[in-house]
Formats: sequence, structure tokens, C-alpha cells
Amino acid sequence: MKTKFVSLVVAGICAAAPAMADLVIPNMSYRTGAYAPGGIPYADGFNDYFTLLNARDGGIGGEKVSVPECETAYNTEKGVECYEATKGLGSLVYNPLSTGITYQLIPKALVDHIPIYTPGYGRTSAANGKVFEWVFNYPANYWDGASVAIKYLLDQNGGSLAGKKIALVYHNSAYGKEPIRTLQDLAAKHGFTLTELPVDAPGQEQKSQWLQIRRDKPDYVLMWGWGVMNAVAVQEAANIKFPMENFIGVWWSGSENDVVPAGDGANGYKSLAMHGTGMDYPLYADLKTFVYDAGKASGNGDQIGSVLYSRGVYAAMVIAEAARKAQELAGTSAINAVQMREGFENLEITEARMAELGLPNFGQPFAASCADHGGPGAAMLQQWDATAKKWNLITGFIAPDQEVLDPLIAADSEAFAKEAGITQRCN
Amino acid sequence: MPEQLLYAMEVTLNGLMAGVMYSLVALGFVLIFKASGVFNYAQGVLALFAALTLVGLQNGQVPFAHVINAIFDTNLHTFGWKLPALLAILLAAAVMVLLAIIIERLVLKHLVSQAPIILFMATIGLAYFLEGLGDVMWGADIKKLDVGLPQGISDTIESLTDRWFGYGFFIDNLDIVATLVAVVLVASLTLFSQYSKQGRALRAVADDHQAALSVGISLRFIWVLVWSIAGFVALVAGIMWGTKSGVQFSLSLIALKALPVLMLGGFTSIPGAIVGGLIIGVGEKLFEFSIGPMVGGATENWFAYVLALLFLVFRPQGLFGEKIIERV
Repeated sequence: MKTKFVSLVVAGICAAAPAMADLVIPNMSYRTGAYAPGGIPYADGFNDYFTLLNARDGGIGGEKVSVPECETAYNTEKGVECYEATKGLGSLVYNPLSTGITYQLIPKALVDHIPIYTPGYGRTSAANGKVFEWVFNYPANYWDGASVAIKYLLDQNGGSLAGKKIALVYHNSAYGKEPIRTLQDLAAKHGFTLTELPVDAPGQEQKSQWLQIRRDKPDYVLMWGWGVMNAVAVQEAANIKFPMENFIGVWWSGSENDVVPAGDGANGYKSLAMHGTGMDYPLYADLKTFVYDAGKASGNGDQIGSVLYSRGVYAAMVIAEAARKAQELAGTSAINAVQMREGFENLEITEARMAELGLPNFGQPFAASCADHGGPGAAMLQQWDATAKKWNLITGFIAPDQEVLDPLIAADSEAFAKEAGITQRCN
Repeated sequence: MPEQLLYAMEVTLNGLMAGVMYSLVALGFVLIFKASGVFNYAQGVLALFAALTLVGLQNGQVPFAHVINAIFDTNLHTFGWKLPALLAILLAAAVMVLLAIIIERLVLKHLVSQAPIILFMATIGLAYFLEGLGDVMWGADIKKLDVGLPQGISDTIESLTDRWFGYGFFIDNLDIVATLVAVVLVASLTLFSQYSKQGRALRAVADDHQAALSVGISLRFIWVLVWSIAGFVALVAGIMWGTKSGVQFSLSLIALKALPVLMLGGFTSIPGAIVGGLIIGVGEKLFEFSIGPMVGGATENWFAYVLALLFLVFRPQGLFGEKIIERV
């Protein structure tokens, strides 16, 4: 009996663990808890892209990709546990999908020599590759987002925001506080007044913040929210009849989850977008043939084409391209995490390459380097059409104001380097 | 009238309305605690489960569709019909009664005469089980709840206050409905407990289990009854909060808003839940309005607990709780 039990356990472990030759790319997902509505589509998109590569191309460079999924519930402690539990599998990269988890993993990555990839989230100053050798956050970060939003508003106001009032409604966490310093500097530069309105997690009760907005009558409201906070904010904005076209969320406040609960009231709400969305890309024909119709879709298969599903696809696509680059540089298909880092650092994604991958005009082209781990930082704006229940892109990519961002990134990353005793590289 | 005073009046009114929303959640806790001495940790999850069930029924969603599709390789999602809101609410209420019967049969029946802490632990387990069950039955995606309740600023109140004070107050129509519903709910519960046979039995059990049993009152029936009523109250709370924020996991966290209300109002008093809610609602909103800007804002969550703790220092049993008398 005991022998049978041990055999079963061993068989179970062998079945669950990836084959040693696989490229292991863990999916740190959250399908449970308060943030599951955001975590599920992202995880599905991430998984489906690698399933496609395995089914259609036999993996990357002939190596199958294994994507062990680990549930973090958007909880920092669980995220660290996931990292510790999976790094021994030969993990090539981690995409923690949480700024809190990212902050915890950065020091670990330094020691374990495993790259961390945080597209559109995480520690903004990790864009400075001279300090953050193991962290990459291209194509855009929070500070880029803040700057793009202000540049868009400048454009809407004939190039001047002098005398305007802008309120920032933000998730009262490390994530939500990220854009404050940038916005303060931009306020000083452009002469607008910034009001900061924190919302405690999860953010179901925001009456005080929106009553203040109604009293103060800001010209624009920016939002750095996540989870239910977004949906409640959009509803409260509609309740006080705030003009929705003057309400702009960061890309984590711009999914279907955030606007559908408010119904028609959400019409006209805008958000930043760092990639395209929807199923009008050639890639989806392949996904349909090799993944969906083959019954291999991740999860319930009901998130396909949504904003956060698209973001999962985007992250997976960048990671796959970095792995390809790493294989090319290493001259072997069976790469390790150190070689994967080289792939990330030398990655160039051109428009022609994205078109070849079936994602034309989906994301911004970029080329990473030793010093630049952050990419160009451009973002588009999208607007919600409540009747068609659809996000429409209303601008092309807008570049951030590097004149303001560069000194901020340099200061923050240098402080980290000093604290962690890191000698800057790329000289 | 000075502007700041007008704003404070508006904040106070909104605090009262927010307090009513908290009270709706607190009521469920009070009902079960009063009847059985059990602090029902699962009350917030009951609200989530009730709201998920309501939306699922209304939209004709196939329960356990993910599991069915995975096992039988089908592609089921909806039945293809939509139920009218009232019918869906009645059916959801029936599901909550069924759930109360199942909880009594599978959990409570086996824990008769156990210490309150054991029952409390059981409700913790129940909360996590129901959370998972809700996810598996109806999915974890965010759902819009629309049972026809009005939302948005009340134009009447805005124009009236504008005429009186020169500044139009913001009051959410949903909050007004919630207040009316809370009044009806409290009146119904009071009438039920004072004048119906079952209500008197419920009070008898609350006073003394053993004495109630000795006169032939069925403890098991009372537990089913009280959990059914708490399930219905959870459904009402789920409808109000779900309309406000969509139906998703965070709905279960509204229980956190009910705790200071219970600490302040007392765990055994229905009026206490209402008055406690109003005090917490007004207190936290006024504090955020007056002191919040000086300390960086986001004070409401912690201030509600500070306020409740302050009351506890002077009245440990809460404002309306039964006086604690220990005979030695």
C-alpha cells in the first residue's frame, strides 16, 4: 500500500513537472480573490500564446515551452512563494503581474540570476539597465503613462495646461503611488494644480473622493486603479455627472471589467493603451485553428480578444521573442536564465516583425540595450463606446516627456544602486 | 451660509446614506448572533453568493458550466433566456433558503452544544467553501447587476437644496432606495420577531436554548429559519452593493465595513445595527472631509475601527447590546 502511494506521488510529480529540455516560463497568475476578474484574462492570453507556439511551431527554436501556472491571488507573500517553488524548474523569466511582488523579487533576481519582466507595471526606475541588470519593463512604465496622459491633455488644450485643475484618484498602494512624483513635476512644469485622492483597497466605497471632485470641479481626473476600484470610480464619476471624456485611466484601469458594470454611464471614458486590442489581427486565425478549435484554450475560453487577454498575449509575445534572441546569441536552443537575460537586453521588435507574428500595429517597436530596459514608453488613448461595448483607439502612440522622466529615473535607480551596493554598468 | 458648512452638511447626508449600506450587511450578522450566539464569518460571502446567484439566474447562466464543459467536452454557457428581475430575486431567495437548510444539515446539526468558538471556526470554513463554490458555479468574472434600481444623482434633491442654500447637494438615488429598503427590512424583522409565532420562538432560543428546547421549540428549525432570513438579508445587501460596483469577489469584503458597525451598535440589536451604521457612516465621512486632507486622505477604513474602539472603551457591549452581567 505504502509503495503504491509513493509511486503515485512520484508519478504525480513527474507529470506536473516540465520535461528537463523544455523552456520553462512560469505564469504567475491570479484566478482567485478580489483581483481575479483582471488576472484571469491576462493568464489566459499568456497561456494561449505559448500553446499556439507549441502546437504550430513545435515551441521556440524547436524547444517546447512549458508554462507552469502558480496562483498568487495578487498577494505578495504568495507571489514570493510561487517564485521560490518554481525557480528550481529552470525558470527562464518571471512576469509577476503585481508591483508588490515585483518589488520583492528584484533583490532575489540579483542573487538567483533570473530575469524579471514587468511590462507596464513594477518598479519604474528598473528602466535604467545600468542599475537593474536583471529587470526589464519595456515597452512602457507608470511614469511614461503619467507623462503620456499629460501630453494628451496638453494637445487637447492647445499646448497649455496653465491654471487647469487635475485630480489623481489612485489605489492607495505602491502601485497607485507610482505616478505621483512624475505628475507633481509635470504640474510644476506646465502650471496645473494636482490634487491627490487616495482610495483604500479594495475601493468599493469612494463617496468621499467623488464628493470632493464634485466640489473642486477639476478639469480632468486621472486614475491609477485596479480591480473593483476602477468600476466603482467609473460609476461614481457617472453619478456626479463628471464629463467622462475628461476622465482618463492608466492601462490597468482600461479593461472591459472597468466599464461594463456602469453600463451607459461609462460611455466616453478614456484610458491609456500600450497595445492594441480585439481580434482583428491575423494571429487570431492561428489561435483559432491551433488553440481554440483544438480545445486547448486556457481557462473558460470566454476572455478571448479582451483588453487584458490581449495584454497577456503581448507579454507572452515579447518573452517568446526574447527567448528566440537568446537562442540566437547563445547558439543553442536549450537556453538558461542567464542567456535569456541576454536575449531581453538585445531584443529588438520592429513593426515588420510584429506583422510577421500576426500582430501588425499592435504594439510599439522598440530596441532594448544595456542601459535601456524601459523602451520608448509611448502609449495610445482608447475610449469606451457603451453602445457598441467596445474600446476604440482615438490616438496613435504618444511619446512621453523624457526631459522630465529621465532625471526621475536616474535619481530613483541611483538611490537603489547605493542602497543595494550595485556598481553601475554599461560604461 | 458658509461654503464649508454646506459641504459638511452634504458630507453628513452622504455619510448617513453610506451608513445605511453598511447596516444592511451588519443586519445579517446580528440576526444569526442574536439567535445562536454565533459570529457568522461567512455573512459577507453569503452576500456575494446571493448576488452571483441572482445575476446567474437573471441572465440564464448555466451553473457549473466550466466543470460541465471540461468533463463532457460541451460548450454550454447560457440557457438562452433572461428572467425578469423580480422572478430572479424570488428564485435567488429560494436558493438562499435551500442553502440555509443544507448548512443546517451538513454543518450546524453536528455542532449542537459545541463552544461558540467551534461554531465560529465552522463559519470560517463555510466562508471559504462558499467563495469557491460561487466561483465554480458562476465564474470569477465581473458581472453587471441590473434589477432596475435607479443610480446617479437625485435631481430633485439637487434642485431643492440649490434653491434653499444656493448649492445643490449630491445624493445618490441608489442610496435613497437602500434607505427605504432598510426601513422596510427593519420594520418587517421587528414585526416578525415581536408578533409571529416563529419570531417569538426565535427570541426564546436567543434568550435560553435549553429553556426553549424544554418547551418544545425545535432548535434545528430555528437555525434554518434564522440562516434563511440572514441569507435573504445578504441577498438584499448583495443587490445594493452589487448594483453599485458590479458583482465580483470584492463584494464579500463588504463584511469588513460591517464589523465596526457591530462593535459600535452591539451584536444583538437590530436597531443597534442601524444606528451603528449611521454613526460609522457619518463619522468616517466627516473625518475624511475635515482631517483627511491634512493626513494624506484614505482615512475611512481605519477611522471606522478607531471610532468603534472608542465606543467600546465606554460600552463594551456596544450602544444597544445586552448588558454583560457576570454572577459569581
